[in-house]
Amino acid sequence: MTRLSAINLTLWRGPNCLFEELSFQVDAGSLLLVRGSNGSGKTTLLRVLSGLTRPETGHVEWCGESIEKTRQTFGAALAYFGHADGLKADLTVTHNLEFSAQLFGQSGEQIPGLLNALNLSQCAQLETRYLSAGQKRRTALARVLMSDAALWLLDEPVTNLDAAGREYVEDRLHAHVAGGGLAIAATHEDIRITSESPDEIFLGDGA
Amino acid sequence: MNLSRFFAAIVRRELQIAFKRWGDLASPLMFFVMVASLFPLALSPQHEMLRNLGPAVLWIAALLATLLSLNALFRGDIEDGSMEQLVLSPYPLALAIFGKTVAHWLLNGLPLVMLAPALAVTYYLPVEGVRALSLTLLIGTPTLSLLGAVGAALTAGVRQSGGLLALLVLPLMLPVLMFGARATDLAGSGEQITGPLYLLSALLLLALSLLPLASAAAIRISLD
Amino acid sequence: MWNWFHKLASPPHFYRLAGIFSPWMLWSSLILIAIGTYGGLVLAPADYQQGEGFRIIYVHVPSSYLSTMIYALMAVTSGIGLIWRIKLAHAVAASAAPIGASFTAVSLLTGMLWGKPMWGTYWEWDPRLTSELILLFIYFGYMSLRASFEDISKADRAGGLLAVVGVVNLPIIHYSVIWWSSLHQGPSIKKLDAPSISGDMLWPLLLLIAASTLFFGALLLYRVRAEVLDREHNSRWVQDLLGEMPGAG
Repeated sequence: MTRLSAINLTLWRGPNCLFEELSFQVDAGSLLLVRGSNGSGKTTLLRVLSGLTRPETGHVEWCGESIEKTRQTFGAALAYFGHADGLKADLTVTHNLEFSAQLFGQSGEQIPGLLNALNLSQCAQLETRYLSAGQKRRTALARVLMSDAALWLLDEPVTNLDAAGREYVEDRLHAHVAGGGLAIAATHEDIRITSESPDEIFLGDGA
Repeated sequence: MNLSRFFAAIVRRELQIAFKRWGDLASPLMFFVMVASLFPLALSPQHEMLRNLGPAVLWIAALLATLLSLNALFRGDIEDGSMEQLVLSPYPLALAIFGKTVAHWLLNGLPLVMLAPALAVTYYLPVEGVRALSLTLLIGTPTLSLLGAVGAALTAGVRQSGGLLALLVLPLMLPVLMFGARATDLAGSGEQITGPLYLLSALLLLALSLLPLASAAAIRISLD
Repeated sequence: MWNWFHKLASPPHFYRLAGIFSPWMLWSSLILIAIGTYGGLVLAPADYQQGEGFRIIYVHVPSSYLSTMIYALMAVTSGIGLIWRIKLAHAVAASAAPIGASFTAVSLLTGMLWGKPMWGTYWEWDPRLTSELILLFIYFGYMSLRASFEDISKADRAGGLLAVVGVVNLPIIHYSVIWWSSLHQGPSIKKLDAPSISGDMLWPLLLLIAASTLFFGALLLYRVRAEVLDREHNSRWVQDLLGEMPGAG
């Protein structure tokens, strides 16, 4: 059963409690939005769910097993779009994506199409140091979109995107979820993929 | 993709990036040459004294040059988020770290090994001494890279970490320095050095088998 | 057994238990140190070779022994903390480090003081002194690494990893130093130890080693208690404890 479960997660950062005894689960075919004001711990929660940050108490399970015990299986099922883009400034957009394709075990033939859809074709051969913040973000998104991972963890996926790019991402997200995928997105904007609004959790005092 | 191809992909990418940054590659080497030339200038260029000091000075210069190049080993990857992607990939992190360390040695250690004989000549080392210097550096510098990687991984999230890195790894590097410099010295006076060479090789094997795991654990801590 | 272990590792329980034990350990160690010192400085005869100068071993040997023993303790507790994620184990390692560094410094200083009459110089690159000096560097490295992290759990894990890597390295460093000094073509160096020691010289030494270990144990308990309070200052039991104290809250 494809399912991500957070079980009794508690995390303190200095004197601030970001979340306490937080439990939820995300099943195949659904999207969960993590909402909250700046500094409420959205990014940290995504990092905990990915296994990058260790919670003080509690744990995260993927398909019923703790992700710390099944790192390789979980890694193969995960596409992480983090706060940092994860691009090497000295390599071109295409080289960066080709390396990711190798990690995903793919040939990389869909890269040109993706770049086209994300309006990045003109900078395909440019080193990413010359890209604008928005273009870097989209390059990093391309990495998630080309993976065939079951679980997408997305940190602010539609920020810095124009209307067309945003629509494209929402479409792809819809297709991913409709195809039985899972997605969790931390966002301060609305993301709509169907007529009904997705599940949400709120962090911090923002409600 | 199997593990060996993953490893190859990591090494290839490191080399690809490094060759776009010649300056970063050259500065530890220049440092090596400069430290080595400071001693004759500060002391006096007497052949006898330089021949005695040579093994120690060249080994220490190589050690410091390695240390200088280590500071940036993981920093860039952590800052731009590529380390997160490697940690979350389905491949063992220790292998990725090992790949990066191998690339570090190819880019920094190996040039030191190749440059050392030229400097040894300026210290009037005899032929046996030059050969021993190259050989000990060849076996010793990979151990230095592996040890340094642990320190670099531990301090990757810390600001102003240069001095801290030196404090952490220099004591651990001492055995390599002692065996390397002593063996070069002994060879110069015509003695057998198979003993220290075996010991250096044993240290390298131990480092190869344990330290990538320690570095990977340290990276996970630094990213947390 | 496992239950007992977990109960001990719970901070409030440990805090209470350590509070009961530490004064007893401190006072008994101080009494034993007094007896041992009297035995060593007054009752024991002067060494026929080294004269009165040999008496410094009564400080030097216990502190050298403790300097290594404490590092080993740090490595073991760090390992326990890393594997079973017991915060108390990390707190023990963190509290032991400055004590260990102090004993290392005392061992170095007494070694140097001993060296002046014996070698005619304060410093000789004797393998034991050299190893002790490197050990001091390693302690400094551990403490600086811990200090460079703001987040205490990161400091615990990073420091713990370093302690474990260091403990694998310590024997290697020790034997390399011995090998290195065996190649020295210098004057033959008399080692700072007592190979053929008579009974009335030996018992104060053994007593002092035991007493110093006990003294270290007491210091460690005091330090860990303070460390635990600091780490848990947000928790209910510490708040309750503070509430009971006169003049607080």
